[in-house]
Amino acid sequence: MSETVAVSETEDVLERASTTMSDKVENICHAMAQLTLREWSAEDEFPDLSQHNNLMAKHLTTDMYSRLRKRVTPTGFTLDRVIQPGVDNPGHPFIMTVGCVAGDEETYEVFKELLDPVIEDRHGGYKPSDKHKTDLNPDNLKGGDDLDPNYVLSSRVRTGRSIRGFCLPPHCSRGERRMVEKLSNEALDSLTGDLKGKYYALKNMTDAEQQQLIDDHFLFDKPVSPLLLASGMARDWPDARGIWHNDNKTFLVWVNEEDHLRVISMQKGGNMKEVFNRFCTGLTKIESLFKEKGHEFMWNEHLGYVLTCPSNLGTGLRAGVHMKLPNMSKHAKFEEVLKRLRLQKRGTGGVDTAAVGGVFDISNADRLGFSEVELVQMVVDGVKLLTEMEKRLEKGQSIDDLIPAQK
Amino acid sequence: MPFGNTHNNFKLNYSVDDEFPDLSKHNNHMAKVLTKELYGKMRDKQTPTGFTLDDVIQTGIDNPGHPFIMTVGCVAGDEESYEVFKDLLDPVISDRHGGYKPTDKHKTDLNFENLKGGDDLDPNYVLSSRVRTGRSIKGYALPPHNSRGERRAIEKLSIEALSSLDGEFKGKYYPLKSMTDAEQEQLISDHFLFDKPVSPLLTCAGMARDWPDGRGIWHNDNKTFLVWVNEEDHLRVISMQKGGNMREVFRRFCVGLQKIEEIFKKHNHGFMWNEHLGYILTCPSNLGTGLRGGVHVKLPKLSTHPKFEEILTRLRLQKRGTGGVDTASVGGVFDISNADRLGSSEVAQVQLVVDGVKLMVEMEKKLEKGEAIDSMIPAQK
Repeated sequence: MSETVAVSETEDVLERASTTMSDKVENICHAMAQLTLREWSAEDEFPDLSQHNNLMAKHLTTDMYSRLRKRVTPTGFTLDRVIQPGVDNPGHPFIMTVGCVAGDEETYEVFKELLDPVIEDRHGGYKPSDKHKTDLNPDNLKGGDDLDPNYVLSSRVRTGRSIRGFCLPPHCSRGERRMVEKLSNEALDSLTGDLKGKYYALKNMTDAEQQQLIDDHFLFDKPVSPLLLASGMARDWPDARGIWHNDNKTFLVWVNEEDHLRVISMQKGGNMKEVFNRFCTGLTKIESLFKEKGHEFMWNEHLGYVLTCPSNLGTGLRAGVHMKLPNMSKHAKFEEVLKRLRLQKRGTGGVDTAAVGGVFDISNADRLGFSEVELVQMVVDGVKLLTEMEKRLEKGQSIDDLIPAQK
Repeated sequence: MPFGNTHNNFKLNYSVDDEFPDLSKHNNHMAKVLTKELYGKMRDKQTPTGFTLDDVIQTGIDNPGHPFIMTVGCVAGDEESYEVFKDLLDPVISDRHGGYKPTDKHKTDLNFENLKGGDDLDPNYVLSSRVRTGRSIKGYALPPHNSRGERRAIEKLSIEALSSLDGEFKGKYYPLKSMTDAEQEQLISDHFLFDKPVSPLLTCAGMARDWPDGRGIWHNDNKTFLVWVNEEDHLRVISMQKGGNMREVFRRFCVGLQKIEEIFKKHNHGFMWNEHLGYILTCPSNLGTGLRGGVHVKLPKLSTHPKFEEILTRLRLQKRGTGGVDTASVGGVFDISNADRLGSSEVAQVQLVVDGVKLMVEMEKKLEKGEAIDSMIPAQK
């Protein structure tokens, strides 16, 4: 029924990999890998990706599968776990999903043969040798405090952070998740001034608190998207999940949802500069509080901040506005303009929702290979231009001279 | 799999207190039984294929349950799960199966001739009759845990076995992933098609991975014998037909099952079975016979009688809506089936259904005429 992989060949590969693995898990990884390898060939196990349209399916070959299935990260994350979301969610003819997730920091190293091409494809040709620049100095942002509030209804910047030494949401145990929550609480509790706030654990929220968080549009719910569920991120819900926000309701942290931390700065109107200021100040403060306790964020000079989904590597940053573009959005060149500005549109309900009343969510398309300042600058400059175009179209004037070059 | 036994030793870095699930809002069999002590005792164990305690209980953690419905909250990943994690599963089994003890023996009886009567349930009331069970193929991991390679091997073996059936059992296999639209339409009209599980009870256990790879439906040309491959169990076997001839349905069920078992044995893959637990299936609730024999029956008057529930309990029967478990009854038509699975044989369970349904139809007729049924209320079986 299947060819047998020579045991010594397996041992060879595992031994080489074991120089980076801790002794504790070596025997188990060895035994488990042996078991699967001995009985079933790569052909037997290779997923059927014939109906699939996602980045994982584009790049995974049987040869690659047969090599990578012999590897496992120090905490025990395997290739099958990396690709399961992509196997279970074939994708959409128009939306190219990633189809793979990381279970720990080392996933990006151990499975680089698959993840490097996926990253390159998703992040505009980013090469394995490229370096990513981090810039969280808000003073480097030019302008951004005067987006026209007649058009720009709200401004928001979000990112994610992972705490080094812990497995990521698809893979972490309850003990790890609770520790991430505990450490996050300790850090967030010591924030002061404009950032002073409170934590609301999902599992013992009162009805009143829940209603308030819903009204503020802060509450996140158990994931229902099969993209997330297939990876194992929703296990043990709502244990160790929660929401922290400052008293002013302009700075918000989600704990243990899709990433260890999701950090959000937001406010009504068009003062993106202030939103970004608060974002950088808060993030930097949180990072130093973690460091005081001996914990860093996962970061390296190639991938920037390391997060669960390869699409969020680099800055993990999505900066955007809700803005009224009823005329512009109907213009034949709308998509082209967005593309050239390196922006993307979404409905006001977030990804995969439709626009309501001509109001769009406009944000940066890139994550990796550009710094935080650069990405927010693109949003600020792009939104300013889109507003000008909208005003022109309102007056029945042409916008041809305003069409930008590709950024 | 699904969530990595290789992670298990890594978790031992955290204390039992750190790792023990929060079951304070939970109402399922697993939550009733699992203590920190038990968790501490079993958490470093795994079955030969690598299934761990956390794998067993994940579905029960993710699905706290319902105040009125007691779900099981744990699954097996392989045959050995019931041995390695017996400290949890024995009490769960006892609770679920009416006090069944670890020392009890289960009797298998698939000789349809031992059934008395059952060919004359009144078709004015009994609209259809059906018997189903599950079977697991020895040597392979179960749906929560098996790999694509294993699942495909199960499918291949099943197709070989089913293709060699003849006579009334001659039929065809429809793999889910290459079904034509026409085939799909037909299977839906016949009420044969099963879809990707949406119930979180199933998805949290990992049973829906790689859907629809390795899954399919086989049925005979007569459309009275049906096998689901790689859904909730390796095999689900169903015999059904319109009307009240439960005897015929059971005959076909027994004969078909035994033919299939013979063929699997020839390939050196018998069904998972032992003299304590009977047939081994993914969910502890389906151990023993794994059998649910039932009818769709019109009981508009009896179902509104104050003693309806009591009668069902005494007859060892349960009611469901005609859409299956957790659906409501429509137009006074109920799905009535045996409540037990473990500790009594197939023949005994179907006998309970046949005798019980006969009695209830009599009661319904009495109530139609405005007569009392007090003298007919049965003793506890």
